[in-house]
Amino acid sequence: MKYFAILVTALAILLLPSASYDKERALSHLSEYGFFEGNIADLQPATGVRPYTLNTPLFSDHASKARFIYVPEDSTLGWQDREVLDMPLGTVLIKNFYYPVDARHPDLGRRLVETRLLKHTDQGWKAWGYWWNDAQTDADYKPLGGKADVDFVDAQGKTRHIAYESPNQIQCKSCHSYEGAMRPIGPSVRQLHGGAHSYVSEWVDSGLLAGAPSGKTDWPSMDWRADNITPELAARAYLDANCGYCHRHEGPASTSGLMLAWHYPTGPETGVRKSPVAAGKGSGALTYDIDPGHADKSILYYRMASDKAAVRMPEVGRSVADEEGLAVVRAWIESM
Amino acid sequence: MPAELSPFTWPIAALLLAVSPVLAKAQIDYADTWQLALIEAEDGDTLRLPAGTFQLTESLLVDGIDDLVIMGAGRDQTILQFSGQQACAEGLKVTNCDRATLRDFAIFDTAGDAIKTQSCKGISFINVETSWSGAPEESNGSYGLYPVQCSDVLIDGCRARGASDAGIYVGQSDKVIVRNCHAIENVAGIEIENTTDADVYDNLAEGNTGGILVFDLPGLVKKAGGHVRIHDNRVHANNLDNFAPKGNIVAQVPAGTGVMVLATSDVDIYGNDITAHRTASVAVVSYYVTELPIADAEYAPIPRDVRVRDNRIERDRAWPSTKHQVGKLLALKFRRNPPPIIYDGITQGIIDGGGAPVGTWGLCVSGNGVDMANLDLGRGRKHLERNPRGFECVGEGLTKMGGR
Repeated sequence: MKYFAILVTALAILLLPSASYDKERALSHLSEYGFFEGNIADLQPATGVRPYTLNTPLFSDHASKARFIYVPEDSTLGWQDREVLDMPLGTVLIKNFYYPVDARHPDLGRRLVETRLLKHTDQGWKAWGYWWNDAQTDADYKPLGGKADVDFVDAQGKTRHIAYESPNQIQCKSCHSYEGAMRPIGPSVRQLHGGAHSYVSEWVDSGLLAGAPSGKTDWPSMDWRADNITPELAARAYLDANCGYCHRHEGPASTSGLMLAWHYPTGPETGVRKSPVAAGKGSGALTYDIDPGHADKSILYYRMASDKAAVRMPEVGRSVADEEGLAVVRAWIESM
Repeated sequence: MPAELSPFTWPIAALLLAVSPVLAKAQIDYADTWQLALIEAEDGDTLRLPAGTFQLTESLLVDGIDDLVIMGAGRDQTILQFSGQQACAEGLKVTNCDRATLRDFAIFDTAGDAIKTQSCKGISFINVETSWSGAPEESNGSYGLYPVQCSDVLIDGCRARGASDAGIYVGQSDKVIVRNCHAIENVAGIEIENTTDADVYDNLAEGNTGGILVFDLPGLVKKAGGHVRIHDNRVHANNLDNFAPKGNIVAQVPAGTGVMVLATSDVDIYGNDITAHRTASVAVVSYYVTELPIADAEYAPIPRDVRVRDNRIERDRAWPSTKHQVGKLLALKFRRNPPPIIYDGITQGIIDGGGAPVGTWGLCVSGNGVDMANLDLGRGRKHLERNPRGFECVGEGLTKMGGR
């Protein structure tokens, strides 16, 4: 008996550490997760997988995105006033990137390019990228990311060519980073409430989202295309979604001293007459991040408009400029 | 368990590459293999880079791996060449990796910064080179070796050339040693910015626009640097025309600057060999000389407690660079013989006192054997003069302001 106890103890010592240090691994194919029913390319969510949209999405080379969230059964999301919602262990955010053949005619179909998963594991959030095959029958795990030449017709009937590039696994964290740890960016109350459909209302009503302040439904909303939105709020919403995850005190771009998240009041910290710190050629020989009244003299605008490495911002996730975003930011700077 | 990442395949593949130029395609696979190894690395792993010149088109990135070693065969043996880089600006980016060591390789011609390390507690660069080939150009990347928001930084035996901002740039960091390095033909050779507890010694900075810079800038998360020692360096002929893109702070550094302190307090500059600078062998100035607005209430723009002592300073008669205001003033006043040590003469006492001589100078000098000029910019240059009284270092402290 004594030896048996020693053996058990020894086995426990040998086995426990290796078990607890096992990294949660990505599955090889998207289909293995069972997020979608039927023809996988139709993205019909299985039970427990819910679609959502964001009011002000990140620009990713004109790609459309179909977003879903999987929350384990009997778990709930937790309320956060400003940050992304609390998400329980096991939560998976599922973001599918695609291009329509012709945005004016959805019936002509679409090409799914990649699907990015963010999973909340007991070792923190993990980012796993999946690259769709040409037959659109599945997507394969691709930690190095992928490249594809994509042609499509946009909503204005303009034919566009995109040299599409997905980030590698480490690049995911160049955006998804909060105090050095990986974290989701999108699903906050202001991104989910308002617009055509309030996912906040839906999820509070269904019990999925717990902890909403009682007796209130006038939750914050941040929709850059909202009716009657001021030039400042439209631009700040756009900058929050496209820059603010990194340009905040808790993000990697805190080095620059330029803060563009929603909660920083407009002023020197958000770029107004702020000199660059380590911009290098990204300065474009200009003096200020935002030169009030002069978009063309503003480093912020210059870097948004550039497609050159070491100049363009954001650094990752786009190869062409976003004309619509530029117009909104120009209108704001010119209105100052 | 610490592990070597694929240690056996490298020598064979390197040999193949060395004997067969047609295997250039295989080098792309190298990049993927390295990147995948860095994605899958565990704490304590070593990634060995073999000897050879490797063309890369995208950054190598690693995040969140502690005790990582990336090791080449020597900085003249393992060369990662990034010319024509399209996506991502850096050559190598290391983030959130504590106690990392980068050693014995070179990175050439990146679009942006060569090696950026951020948020690492403990980062060593040993015998690493970062260079841009060809003549120094504005289109070169900004920084060669670029630790930012790090602590316990060691940069030892490294070489940096051609950066359009700073060859060796330590930003917003704490506990830093830069030694035995060679910085040549950058805008700034070595720059210590908003950084505390930095010891910079036994380096050679030559042929840059400015040799060694110690700067504090406003609007940053880490508000103030200081407690910096610059000693026993050789700082020679940093007279290169400034080729930094305008808008960057170093674009304001005049060609012909040896050692420059901008706004940083508690800086000790001693035992250096500072020779052949046409504008300022040592310059100590406030942020006000930049004429840029300051919108940061916590920022201290005026340097205090800067000691310049026992340096060997030499210069021949030469016109100072007149591209900037300070150089123009020097040329106007002193022609081809400006004093090698330059101080802007702005103190908080002067600003608060409306020009009255109150308080303590930010600078003391002794044992350098050369002249000093107080430009007296705080009082409209009324007392601009060579070798003013009241600047001698007394013990470790500073003298009170003199009779004026």
